[in-house]
Amino acid sequence: MKISKQEVLHVAGLARLNIDEAMIDMFAGQLGDILEYVETLDRLDTTDIPPTFHAVDISNAFREDRIKQHLDKNEAVKNAPEEEDGHFIVPKVIE
Amino acid sequence: MEFEPVIGLEVHAQLKTNTKIFCSCSTKFGADPNTHVCPVCLGMPGVLPVLNKTVVEYAMRMALATDCTIAHQSRFARKNYFYPDLPKGYQISQYELPIAEHGHVNITMEDGTKKRIGITRIHMEEDAGKLIHDPTRPVSRVDFNRTGTPLIEIVSEPDIRSPEEAGAYLRQVRSILRYLGISDGNMEEGSFRCDANVSIRPRGTEPFGTRAELKNLNSFKYVESAIAYEIKRQKMVIGDGGDVVQETRLWDSAGNRSISMRGKEEAHDYRYFPDPDLVPLVIDDEWIESVRKRLPELPEARKARFLDEYALPEYDADILTSAKELADYFEDCAKEVENPKIVSNWVMGTLLGLLNAEGKSIEESPVSPAQLAELLILIETSVISGKIAKTVFDEMVKSGKAAKAIVEEKGLVQVTDESAIEAVVDQVIDANPAEVEKFKAGNAKLMGFFVGQVMRETKGKANPQIVNKLLKKKLG
Repeated sequence: MKISKQEVLHVAGLARLNIDEAMIDMFAGQLGDILEYVETLDRLDTTDIPPTFHAVDISNAFREDRIKQHLDKNEAVKNAPEEEDGHFIVPKVIE
Repeated sequence: MEFEPVIGLEVHAQLKTNTKIFCSCSTKFGADPNTHVCPVCLGMPGVLPVLNKTVVEYAMRMALATDCTIAHQSRFARKNYFYPDLPKGYQISQYELPIAEHGHVNITMEDGTKKRIGITRIHMEEDAGKLIHDPTRPVSRVDFNRTGTPLIEIVSEPDIRSPEEAGAYLRQVRSILRYLGISDGNMEEGSFRCDANVSIRPRGTEPFGTRAELKNLNSFKYVESAIAYEIKRQKMVIGDGGDVVQETRLWDSAGNRSISMRGKEEAHDYRYFPDPDLVPLVIDDEWIESVRKRLPELPEARKARFLDEYALPEYDADILTSAKELADYFEDCAKEVENPKIVSNWVMGTLLGLLNAEGKSIEESPVSPAQLAELLILIETSVISGKIAKTVFDEMVKSGKAAKAIVEEKGLVQVTDESAIEAVVDQVIDANPAEVEKFKAGNAKLMGFFVGQVMRETKGKANPQIVNKLLKKKLG
C-alpha cells in the first residue's frame, strides 16, 4: 500500500513528531509495508461471520460508586519535571 | 434577503456521583491540587479503567427523561488529541455507539409558544483537568482533580431558531437534570457547559449554511448574547458578499463580542477508536424498566399537575416548577392553605423577591413553607390584611418568629368591626372638607387619599373591603 509524503507528515504532526526529509521516505515505506501486511486479512472470506464487538467476550464490568484511596499529597507530582504548590508546571498552551 | 438562524447546542453536564467515571477517586470540588488522583486518572501506563455503574444509571435517567432510545449495546471510544489537561493523550468518550439517541425536550417560550427540540444523542465521557495560565510566566499549572469526573454530553438537533429558544432549551435541560438529581447544573461553576453551533440560511430554504462553533458560554445570558451576536455577524458577512468560514469562536463577555480561533485550529482529526480497556456496555430491557420506574415526576408533568390540581395560571406553574426545590416549597405550603393562588403570589412575589435580593436559594429561605402557610392562613381567615401581612413577613424574616406570635405581640389583628371603622371614616371625612368637595365634583382619584387616611388612622389594621364600602356609601 502506497503511503504519500503528505500522509506521513500529517500523522507525524498529529503525534507532535519532527521528522526530516530523509525520514519521510523511510516512514512512508515502513508504514506502507505494515498496512500491506495487515491487508493479508482481507483475503479471508468473512461473509457469514458477525462483526466482533470486542476482542474479549465479556461485558458490563462495573465498579460501585465508592471512594477509595487517593495518592498521597505531592505523590502525583513527584516525578514531574517541574512542580509548584502541588501543581504540574507545563509550557503555556492556549487553544 | 431574509435569513433564518439554525442553532444546535451541545451541553456537557457533570454528574453528581461520589467517584470518577473510571476510578474510585472523589469528585468533590475544592480539594488541594492533585490530591483526588490515582494512577488511573493520571493516565499511568498499565492501569485499567473500570466503569462506575452509577454513571450509567444517571445517563439512563436523562435518556428516559428526554424520551431517548437507550442502546442495548454501547461502547467507549478514545478521542485522541494533545492538550496538557488531558494526561493520557486521549479522552475516553463514546463515539459510534452512544448510550442513547433520538429523544426530545419540549420548551415553552415566554409568550406561551411551545416547541419540541430534538435530541440527537446522549453519551458518557470523562472530564479533563484544570489549567491555570500564569499571568507573568509562559507556563500553566495543571490540576488533575477534575480529570475523570463523569460527564454526559447532550447533543440537540439543529432545531433551535433564535437565541431565546436556545435559552429556553438550556433552562429546560438543566431543570430536568436537577429534577433527576443527577447534576447541579451550575453554569457559572462549570458543572453545566454549553457550546453552540450557529449558521444562517435564506428563509424557506433547506440546506444549512456554514456553521461557527461558539465556546466559552458560561452563563445563560452569555449563551443568548453570543448567539445573537453570531447571527448578526454572519448576516453582515453574507451581506458584504463574503462567505461564512467554518471556525470556532470564543465569546468575550467583557467586550460583548466573539473572537475567532482561526489559525490556531488545525482540522480536527481525533482518530476515534474503540477503547480496548473497556468492555462493551450491555443494557437489557429489565434494567431500563427498573430505572424508568424510579424516575421522579419531571418538570413538564409537574407543571401539568400544577395547572390541573391547583388551577394556577400557566405563568405561575412555569415559574414554580422551573426548579424542583421551588415546586416542593410551593406544595409544602399549599397543602396547608385553602387558596393555592395566594400561595403562588406570595412565593413568586414576596419570597422570591427577598431571596433574589439576598442572593439566596429557596433551600436557604429564612421562612419555611409551614411558617409561610401560617401567615397566609391569617390572611385567609381575615385576621390580618394582605398589607399588614407584608409587615409581618418582614418581621418573620428579621426575628425568625412565627406569624401568629408577631401579630399578637404587635397588636396587628385586623379590625373588621364595621362600627369601629365607620367612626374613623366619619372622622376622616370631617377633617378633610376640601377633599370631599373635590371628590364630589368628580375627582375620583381622591378615593385613594381617603382610604389612605383611614388606614393611617387605624395603623393599617382596618379591613380594606369594609373601608372601601363605607367610604363609597358616605361619599357617593
